[in-house]
Order: sequence, then structure tokens, then C-alpha cells
Amino acid sequence: MSVKFGLLALLATEPMYGAQLRSEFEARTGGTWPLNVGQVYTTLGRLERDGLVESVGEPDEEGRIAYRLTDSGEATIRTWWTAPVDRSETPRDELVIKLALAVTVPGVHVAHVVQVQRAATVRHLRDLTRLKAQAPPGSDARHEHAWRLVLENHIFAAEAEVRWLDHVEADLARSSSRARPVPAGERPGRDSVPSRSPQSI
Amino acid sequence: MSVSHPALRLIDVHRTHGGGEAAVHALRGVSLEVFPGELVAVMGPSGSGKSTLLNVAGGLDRPTSGQVVIGDTDLTSLDARALAKLRRRRVGFVFQDYNLIPSLTAAENVALPLELDGERARPARRRAREALGLMGLMELADRYPDAMSGGQQQRVAIARALVGTRRLVMADEPTGALDSHTGEEVLRVLRQRCDEGASGLLVTHEARYAGWADRVVFLRDGVVVDSTGSDRPEQLLHAAR
Repeated sequence: MSVKFGLLALLATEPMYGAQLRSEFEARTGGTWPLNVGQVYTTLGRLERDGLVESVGEPDEEGRIAYRLTDSGEATIRTWWTAPVDRSETPRDELVIKLALAVTVPGVHVAHVVQVQRAATVRHLRDLTRLKAQAPPGSDARHEHAWRLVLENHIFAAEAEVRWLDHVEADLARSSSRARPVPAGERPGRDSVPSRSPQSI
Repeated sequence: MSVSHPALRLIDVHRTHGGGEAAVHALRGVSLEVFPGELVAVMGPSGSGKSTLLNVAGGLDRPTSGQVVIGDTDLTSLDARALAKLRRRRVGFVFQDYNLIPSLTAAENVALPLELDGERARPARRRAREALGLMGLMELADRYPDAMSGGQQQRVAIARALVGTRRLVMADEPTGALDSHTGEEVLRVLRQRCDEGASGLLVTHEARYAGWADRVVFLRDGVVVDSTGSDRPEQLLHAAR
């Protein structure tokens, strides 16, 4: 995620100082992407150089300079809202690389790698769910909405990872059962669901 | 942290359906404990033994060997009548299809386990209304199931599962028929009841819902292959801060 577009989107609402941009960015993204002030000023410098933002008047008594969008900056942010995020460059994921190597490197217990990861991912999912169940302290409704949306993205991503790990495990089981037939008595059966009586309520 | 007594214990539980060549080993040596205030999720693929585990733990089905202990009572030592009585007083079930009686109102449905246990209708219904009120569901008390949404029916089913002296709930895919938001509301209610001291065993195949549990147990072919560990809620809250 480019900080550039984040800052442009915020400046489209009103002119802001660097420190204000930093705190607004963090509040609106649920604190997921902490920024340091240096990063904000470096980016503002580049945006000013490229003619996308300009300073508003002189520095105030504390030496702070507010920035606003230029026409070109406004056009850039409008394009960003309407264009999809580019997904063609898949980010490198350590877990994917780890499992791809695990199934090819001799001596690695792949099922164990899957199990350990799944337990860790479910624990992470549980911590995210607990966080979601608590309202963020001292935030207004708009920020709470943003915070929840970001947390839910992490929750769905963790769930997708668990599903993928289940799939990898089932795939491993299939390949090993093709290599070594399971005796009939050991085959897993369907769950038995006893009929329900009025007691089962 | 005080050491509390488990609300539910399974000790080396086996459940085999059929015999000989056709025998199906649904559970093969499962041991687990659920403490008061704890919600434990059970995950695993179809046929891994999840529902069998829930039915055996709740006394709807009997283990082939091993022990199932609710509080201080070993279910394997009870005859059918005593087991039915224990279920009425101690264990509630929540199913995917809600399982409310369509000809009874929400309050009458919640009162049913109390009435089946011998309580007179009037006090039973008063307690049912109190149970619904505690869960913020009083406006549903006089509605019939067909006048309620799926999420509302499932919340009434949770009220019924934990009415009176019942403190242990067995939930088998309670979110299976619900959309994402409603499913989450149901889990929030279940979580809340456990935070208030109830205990729950939740079967789900969706990790998103298992995230509401304190602990997740993974079943494969009737065996517990994995668990997320035994963090108790107190530790977890600390970790989340």
C-alpha cells in the first residue's frame, strides 16, 4: 500500500499538517499501518515536487505547514478511487514458500508443519475476534467502523489460510493413501447422527 | 487464578458403530475437558467424528468405551431414565436447524425443558421469560418460530439450551443456516453466556466462528490431532490488550 494515496485521500477532505495527517491516517485504518512523522514529511515532499500538493500560506507559530491538493492531486485521487487495486503482483508469503519447500525437501514432516501453522493461525483468529468484540477505546463511530472493517479483513484472511491448510492436509492424505492403501476397518465413516427426541433440546 | 472443576470431561472415549469388517470407528480415544466459562470449538472435515463427539459428550449417544463426566456424574454409570433427567437439568443442545417446536411460542419453547422436568407451566414460563429478558429477547417471547428470523430462532434456542439449572451447551453447526452477520450475532450470544459462567462445546467447520472460542480442538478420523492450547479466558483477555 502506497502512503502517497492515503495522504492524498485525506488531503481531499481538508488541508492538514504532517502530524495531523499521520494521526488521521492511523485512526482511519484502525492503527494497522503505523506511520512515523518522517515518512509522512518525506512523502509530502515528493508529492509537492510532483505538483500533487502545495503548502497553504506561511508556517504557523509552531513552524507547522499545512498542505492541500492541487488540481492535479485531485485528479490523481479521483482516478485512485475509481480504478481497482492491482492484484497482478502477488506478494511473497513466507508460509506458501515454506510449504512449497516442505513438500519437496526430503525429511520434512509436512503434516506437522500444517498442524502447527493451523493452530497458530486459529489462535491469531481468536485474538482478532476478541479484539473485535471489544469496542476500540475513545473512538468515534466513523473510526470504529473503519477499525472493524480492517479487523474483519484480517479475520477473513486468517480463515482463508485455515481453509487452505485444511486443503493441503487433505491433499497430503490423498497422496499418502494412494501410496499406501488403508485397511477397511480403519476407514473413517460418516458421523452418526442419532434421531432427535424431545430430550434433545 | 483459581483452579475450577471441569464442567465436562471426556476420558479416552471410543465410539464404534457396527461391528466386524463393517465397523466404523467414529471416535478413537478422545480426551478433553471444558471448564466453566469456557467455549471450546471442535473443527474437522466431514466424517471426522465431530457430531458423534458432541452427541456422546451431551449424553445423546453412549460411548463404546471410556468415560463422559458432567460435573461429578459419570454418564456411563447412568441408566436411560437417569441420563434423560441429567440432560433435562444440565445440558442443552443447539442445532443448525434451530429445532424449535413450531406450535409453541418462544417463551413456551424455552419453558419446555423445565416443564418436561416436572415444573408447573406457570412458573416455568415465568422463568423462560426471565431467561429471554436477560438475553434482550423479551420482544420475541410471544412469537411463534415462523414469525422469527433464523438468527432470532437460534438465539431463542440458546436461551432454551441454558434455561433453569442448565450450564452446559452443545452447539452443532449453530451458524450453518445463517448469513455471516447473523451467524456472528449468534456466536456473540453464545460467547456472552460462557463469559457469564456457562460452558460450551461448539462444532463448526468455519474457522471464523471457531475464533469466538477459547480453544479449538481439531479432529481427524475420530482422533484429536491438534489443539490450540489451554489458554483460559483471563489469559486471553490479557493477551489481546
